[in-house]
Amino acid sequence: MSAERLDTLPKRLQAMAGKYGHSRIALREKEYGIWQQFTWQDYLDRVRDFCLGLVSLGFQRGEKVAIVGDNRPEWVIAELAAQSAGGTSVGIYQDSLAKEMAYVIDHADATFLVVEDQEQVDKILEVRDQIPKVRRLIYYDPKGLRTYTDPWLLYFPDVLAMGREYGRQHPGLFEEMVAAGDGEDTAILCYTSGTTGAPKGAMLSHRNLLAMGDTIQTVDPLTPDDDFLSFLPLAWIGEQMTALAMHLSIGFTVNFPEEPDTVQENLREIGPHVMFSPPRIWEDMVTRVQVKIQDAGWLKRKLWELFQPVGLRVADLRFARKPVPFRDRLLYALGELLVFSAIKDHLGLSRLRRAYTGGAALGPDVFRFYHALGVNLKQIYGQTEIVGIAVLHRDDAIRFHTVGTPLPGGEMAISPEGEILLKSGAVFQGYYKMPEESARALAGGWLHTGDAGYIEEESGQLVVIDRLKDVMRLSSGEIFSPNFLENKLKFSPYIKEAVTVGDGRTHVVAMINIDLQSVGHWAESRAIPYTTYQDLSQKEPVLDLIAGEIHRVNADLPEAARIRSFVILHKELDADDEELTRTRKLRRAFVYAKYDPVIQGLYDRAKEIPVQSRVRYRDGREAVIETVLQVREILPIPDEAGQRAAGGGGAV
Amino acid sequence: MSEVHLAIENVAIGFGGVKALDGVSLTVPRGSITSIIGPNGAGKTSLINCISGRYIPQKGTVRFEGRDITRMPPSRRAELRIARTFQNIALFKHMSVLDNLMTGRHALMRSGLLACGLYWGPARREEIAHRKAVEEIIDFLEIAHVRRKPVGMLSYGMQKRVELGRALALEPRLLLLDEPMAGMNAEEKEDMVRFILDINQERGVTCVLIEHDMGVVMDISDRVAVLDFGRKIGEGTPAEVRQNPDVIRAYLGDKDLAAG
Repeated sequence: MSAERLDTLPKRLQAMAGKYGHSRIALREKEYGIWQQFTWQDYLDRVRDFCLGLVSLGFQRGEKVAIVGDNRPEWVIAELAAQSAGGTSVGIYQDSLAKEMAYVIDHADATFLVVEDQEQVDKILEVRDQIPKVRRLIYYDPKGLRTYTDPWLLYFPDVLAMGREYGRQHPGLFEEMVAAGDGEDTAILCYTSGTTGAPKGAMLSHRNLLAMGDTIQTVDPLTPDDDFLSFLPLAWIGEQMTALAMHLSIGFTVNFPEEPDTVQENLREIGPHVMFSPPRIWEDMVTRVQVKIQDAGWLKRKLWELFQPVGLRVADLRFARKPVPFRDRLLYALGELLVFSAIKDHLGLSRLRRAYTGGAALGPDVFRFYHALGVNLKQIYGQTEIVGIAVLHRDDAIRFHTVGTPLPGGEMAISPEGEILLKSGAVFQGYYKMPEESARALAGGWLHTGDAGYIEEESGQLVVIDRLKDVMRLSSGEIFSPNFLENKLKFSPYIKEAVTVGDGRTHVVAMINIDLQSVGHWAESRAIPYTTYQDLSQKEPVLDLIAGEIHRVNADLPEAARIRSFVILHKELDADDEELTRTRKLRRAFVYAKYDPVIQGLYDRAKEIPVQSRVRYRDGREAVIETVLQVREILPIPDEAGQRAAGGGGAV
Repeated sequence: MSEVHLAIENVAIGFGGVKALDGVSLTVPRGSITSIIGPNGAGKTSLINCISGRYIPQKGTVRFEGRDITRMPPSRRAELRIARTFQNIALFKHMSVLDNLMTGRHALMRSGLLACGLYWGPARREEIAHRKAVEEIIDFLEIAHVRRKPVGMLSYGMQKRVELGRALALEPRLLLLDEPMAGMNAEEKEDMVRFILDINQERGVTCVLIEHDMGVVMDISDRVAVLDFGRKIGEGTPAEVRQNPDVIRAYLGDKDLAAG
């Protein structure tokens, strides 16, 4: 069969199993302390059994299977099984609240649910009356479920056994079903994390997914010998793209970590060749390295202080495509030997051919950090509606503020309003049961991304400013991007989250979340006693520390965009309080509304702001926190009336 | 469940002039969770020590599965699959979690010193089988992320969990738990209760539990025995014990009862 005929994911799986059989490893999962292997033939066998198991339970073409769980082989087996039978899979984030899950399950018309464990089963049972279309619930971790005798529940291996039996009675049925699949069938429904409004289910066809998997291979080739560690939620498009589309297009091995807690250790054991993570993961790693180095012995710290500037210098020269002097090349090689290789090994980045970041802007400082280490980190741009990656940096053309050029076969344009428009074989089929939104997103044959951006003249690369609706203007008319400022702030190891405000105002103010781990460590080393996060956040020396960090950020900013006053918030922003999305993006409108009294206090130039807030604990209890936030002014505040002469202020 | 798994008859032990246990009798049905409660110094841990073999009682007998084990050394009792945890954690602090759990299987290991040293043939197969059993416990107790960490580096609650794991490594038929939840926060307690219930119900292990958290005791116990000054002053289901006036007196004091 030629590659064009292999137009669905299950057909690709069949072809891989035919080609590699038991000779190559498709999946690996660490269990009982050992990496357990699934060959391509094992993988296909399980998909076939589960698919026929579903069919024996009445699953039909066009139906949907919703899947909730950590990254495990069962997740992708269930997904491919549904697709093999001509169905669609719907991934749901495993830390969703029960009511969020019920919404997606019901909206997607899912008829079967595949979930991991008791935690998820309990959530589903709680909202069972809201999901009448679901016929069976299948779980794969039986722990704690012994007393659940409801026949609505089925155990994953039992479904596999049912499928084997059904297969004996109906030989050839699986192959017929797979052959009946078409590239235009909807393979997955991917619900967007929904920074605003109800989540929308993007319908992506097999052709969409494979177009993405096949074209990225022409730019950034990988081989069947490569490894990938799948540790971000499989409901996220980035993971669907890598662990499914690229995996089935290239044939590399997908590894699943033992537990969510062991990812760091497993990353080190596997040493993947490719990674795609949102900026947060990369930022976290930088913070971890910085904290470790502060903790390291004298010699190690000195070596780092000696060689890191060399790494940065070499990285900067390479970015500028200038030759690296011989002396620096020599020093860099020494640095690699003594310092960089050890750090990369600790982070599990030693074998990385290339790494992608996307979803939000990543600060230039983080980029320089990784390139100084010799990690080929590249910015990508895309969204769920175009299978994750549409535009990316080429290896020799990495610029901090750009996101690169489209994948081969793709096109980009900017609308008169400044919106980024994209076109490629990966552009989605529309939103499930939302014809108006779909028509808007696909108007005129282009994908309307909702992002503001421009194409840089000198390089022809795309520059993303921000979400079109998130670009803000001060009362003086100057535009600024709060995300950009927040990313700058978050590069500090002491700042975990930041919220900047300034739309229609005279100046910019900030609300900060300190990083409890690193600020706590900093406080301990200076013998500053504290009890809780809230207590630590309002300590005088901590305010000084953060003021210093903001000063540093301000230095690189145009006058108008500088942060003039700030508070440290009394609690961490949290997805459970709906302040962040599940992928930890700030839900700005919600946060602005929730913290309106604090923002008002900052603009009223109050010295202290009393706050009262309701927090919800993990176990569902609620409590009210009452405290007083200290305000720090770090730059002169302009008068309401005083029109400042816009000195050197450009767009940020 | 009515079958007697452990029978303590008229056990007494004293240290100098202090009578730690003064003629205590107790029967533990197979597959039950039996809790021992009482004020500090009531003799709860002494009783556990008499069952595990740390103390030999001066009077009375201890019968396990119908056998008199009163004078049997602790190592032999381990072979009968009696396992325990300690009030003050007794782990090897500098050894990893994994190695601590492996020591828990010592009583089940058959290979001799020489065979183990060569690590060949049956000895190797045996080691693999033991490691598998330990890995299942690691999975059960959700401690995979600390598998290779030295125990001394772990939090108190986590160490308690590792100690439970070591006791489980023996594949016990009777599990003695001396204050497994002491000093834990609410979340850790909740986890521990869940583990104990799973051990009892899924693995059918008989549990004897000393615990001060009355909420936990009343929730999970099938039977409760109350000790005070070395004597058993009450026994029964949690509901019965709660109503027992002697128990109320021991816990609240005579005056309070009189005043109330």
